[in-house]
Amino acid sequence: MKSPILQTATRYLLPILLLFSVFLLLRGHYYPGGGFVGGLVASIAFVLHSFANGTADTLKILRYQPISFIPIGLSLLVLSTVAPLLGGLPPMTALWFEQPVPVIGMIGSALFFDIGVYLVVIGVILTILFTIALD
Amino acid sequence: MELLLTLVLGLLYAAGVYLILRRSMVKLLLGIMLLGNGTNLLIFLLGKLVKGQPPVMDESVSVFKDIYADPIPQALILTAIVISFGITSFAIVLLKRVYALVDSDDLDDLNTPEEEEEDL
Amino acid sequence: MLFTVLTGLITSSLLVPFGKFIRTKGSIILPFIPVLLFLFYVLHIPSVAVGTNFTQNIPWVPSLGANLDFRLDGLSLLFALLITGIGSAIFIYARSYLKGHPYFDRFFAYLLLFMSAMLGLVLSNNILILFVFWELTSISSFFLIGFNNDNSDSRKSALTALSITGLGGFFLLAGLIILGNISGTFIISELFSKRELILAHPLAPLATILLFVGAFTKSAQFPFHFWLPGAMKAPTPVSAYLHSATMVKAGIYLLARFTPILGGTDLWSYTLIIVGGFTMLYAAIHSLFRTDLKAILAYSTISALGILTFLLGLGSTEAIIAASVFIVVHALYKATLFMTTGIIDHEAHTRDISVLAGLRQVMLPVFIAGLLAALSSAGLPLTFGFIGKDLIYDAGLNQKDNLTTLWTSLAVLTNVCLVAAGFMAGIKPFVGQLPDTFSKIKLPSLALWLPPLTLAILGIFFGLFPHIAGEYLSQQTTNSILGYNTTVNLKIWHGFNTVLLLSVLTLVLGSIIYIFNKPSALKLARIERFNYLSPEFLTKKIGSAITQFSCWYTALIHDGYLRSYHFKIIIFAELLLGYKLWISGPINLDFNALTPLSWYEVGIIIMLIGALYIIVSTKSRLTSVVASSVIGYCISLLFVVYSAPDLALTQFTIDTLTTVLFVLVLYKLPAFLKLASNRILIRDAIVALGFGTILSLITLKILYEPNTIETSNFYGNNAYLLAKGKNVVNIILVDFRGIDTLFETVVLAVAALGVYSLIRLRMKASEKE
Repeated sequence: MKSPILQTATRYLLPILLLFSVFLLLRGHYYPGGGFVGGLVASIAFVLHSFANGTADTLKILRYQPISFIPIGLSLLVLSTVAPLLGGLPPMTALWFEQPVPVIGMIGSALFFDIGVYLVVIGVILTILFTIALD
Repeated sequence: MELLLTLVLGLLYAAGVYLILRRSMVKLLLGIMLLGNGTNLLIFLLGKLVKGQPPVMDESVSVFKDIYADPIPQALILTAIVISFGITSFAIVLLKRVYALVDSDDLDDLNTPEEEEEDL
Repeated sequence: MLFTVLTGLITSSLLVPFGKFIRTKGSIILPFIPVLLFLFYVLHIPSVAVGTNFTQNIPWVPSLGANLDFRLDGLSLLFALLITGIGSAIFIYARSYLKGHPYFDRFFAYLLLFMSAMLGLVLSNNILILFVFWELTSISSFFLIGFNNDNSDSRKSALTALSITGLGGFFLLAGLIILGNISGTFIISELFSKRELILAHPLAPLATILLFVGAFTKSAQFPFHFWLPGAMKAPTPVSAYLHSATMVKAGIYLLARFTPILGGTDLWSYTLIIVGGFTMLYAAIHSLFRTDLKAILAYSTISALGILTFLLGLGSTEAIIAASVFIVVHALYKATLFMTTGIIDHEAHTRDISVLAGLRQVMLPVFIAGLLAALSSAGLPLTFGFIGKDLIYDAGLNQKDNLTTLWTSLAVLTNVCLVAAGFMAGIKPFVGQLPDTFSKIKLPSLALWLPPLTLAILGIFFGLFPHIAGEYLSQQTTNSILGYNTTVNLKIWHGFNTVLLLSVLTLVLGSIIYIFNKPSALKLARIERFNYLSPEFLTKKIGSAITQFSCWYTALIHDGYLRSYHFKIIIFAELLLGYKLWISGPINLDFNALTPLSWYEVGIIIMLIGALYIIVSTKSRLTSVVASSVIGYCISLLFVVYSAPDLALTQFTIDTLTTVLFVLVLYKLPAFLKLASNRILIRDAIVALGFGTILSLITLKILYEPNTIETSNFYGNNAYLLAKGKNVVNIILVDFRGIDTLFETVVLAVAALGVYSLIRLRMKASEKE
């Protein structure tokens, strides 16, 4: 499946799609988007890349085994869930920084939760697809 | 429109049921996916159809002014879609392994001879 | 009191981790547990004997009325003393008996559990707790009876015992709950004062009958008696404990406990008299034909239980006094006889009385114990059994109805047989010529023969000084059962009267039967020809019929083909849903409320239906996968149209990925085969379309129900105020219902790990090959 056109295209598509996925992730709180969709788009970007260049190449770009994204994402999820406990609040209470950050907007524990979801989704989908592809 | 959608829903279910009554594992899997889609549609219909009013607020307001689509079915379906992907992928891999093992996707080939003897 | 119950439970569970210690050095501590508990209750004798009751209430589930209420009155104390006292003897005995057994620790764990359950049962002042302990005795006795779990007979007997007593427990629970509901209290001591209220209620007879079933199953009354002889498969210490003083007496305890509440009615009296009377005679006669020592004891136990039931049914003061004395009499001699039997079995490796003889020459102390117990069982003067038997005859003669002759002759006949049975079990193995095969038998260790000898001597001691037993034990027991105070005056000599005459008659006739009755395998076989009439046989028939039915039924439903399971489930669901739809009335369609149609929606739907047609009819795998992704995209488009952008995005991406996945895996597989005939295809199509139609109709029906949107509105209105977001769906996912999402991701992670390990696993397996 190594067509030069696709290879060239994915070289530019990968960063663009990844950027788009981060965009979807960050704006999820206000507009359609969010961790799930963001993670899915990012996974599609990598899958596309692996179609064009082979799974081994994609794994090289990723640097880490996709399965390692899962624990990172899950810990982020759990952390943002239990973080309010440190402040004596019930778990899952949304915590917010006072000032909005440029570009991203308001940052709160919900955002970290979304990032956790994003990472888990990428980890899960890439693990499944790449394990099968490599088999 | 609701009538058409309920028709589609019924057909999705019918096709799903028809496929899970087949012997092929791939058809079984497709059937399960169709049943999942049918159920998603069912949940979606329960929230009333609203056109062009997603449950997303305008930038200027902090409370909804207009009518808007029911967000709960949407949240439920979103979860269901993602989970069903997990299940489907697991099932596909299972299918792959079974195929590698018995070299067939006929469910009846999974019954080992001993079991069949016991049945008799 | 709670601690006495808990002691056993806790130590029982401790035996598991410390099994090795208990098997070796630690076994010495085991007998101390029942002995200390026994001493604890002995110390209560003086205060209980003057009429003091001890209560202890610990809240457990107050909202349900289930509290750990304990109460110690005369009846409870008598049973507590028997349980711990006989228990002490059994523990000492069993430690020696089972020395070196690989499951030594397990045995004592069961035994302790059982002892605690019995203690809890007799001390409970709350009928719910009583039931809990009741069931606990059933379960722990199941383990004890089936202790030799490598023997299939043993397992079967344990199962029979559990089924029968468990079934009874079920009835008992129903009875107790009715009782609690009628009276409004679950506390037994409060029930006493509500006797009139309870008996006036129309459900009282039902509660009584249910209670009877519970008691009769546990106390092995006809027709539930057959589990008890089967339970003789247990190691002998277990039989000695369960069948002399504890397990089977639980039913008697229950009847005695509820006598002041439900007793005295015609239903109560005559049921107990008839069942008890029949059981005592039936079992007593049966015991004469057995050749196995334990079987003789089993039937004589059933008979003794029948006597107790009978006495409780008579219900007069004399009868209750007789019952409270006979409980002790029987416990003492029956435990002794079981233990001597155990010794014989242990040393001579047989229990066949047609073979055993002359053992007194090799084990004199055992003989003395057996002899004393047999004499007490026969009711010879100067034994406690004599006093017990006198009281029974006394009760029969003084019954205030015109059937005294019948009752008395029933009792006499039973006792005649029991005399012979007692002699057969306690004397016969020891007298006569010692066969050569047994000449090498040595006297077993002290720990084996001392417990039975002690109990036997105790039986004589109470016979010589009956007022001690009367004053300290029977007096308050009788009061507890009767519900009012009376004086118990046990005397060693009643003078020359009818009772004495009957006693002598009993002894003479019993001895004659003993001398002339030579049980043999032949006779036993002759009796067993009538087995097809016995309740045991009938129960087994019913049991096997049920098994056969389930085999047939399972074969019918469970044919091993996934699609046929699906088929049955779908048909069933169709019938159920269709019926529900049918009775729920017509569908009210409001055509004005429908959303208007536009051409692109129609286009999407046509596309979807087309893809559906392709997916069910195609022969190519790839085509079907493509069709499935078309369906997914169509649905995603529908989400776009109907204000669900998040869903549309997710569905779209997921669908893409699923397709990729399918293609990755499936492109190697061959085309679909046609595996079913056209007839089956049409049948399935009809079923499938039926299912789809029903679901469509249900959806239409729900669509025009007013829907509740409070929750949706709450989320909508508070999305920004509480969670500072404007995309409500996302807010629900990451904030309002964040925990759900957290676990959803965990599910995903598990799926990924599953896929990962499935593939890796196969690699390893193939590497091995």
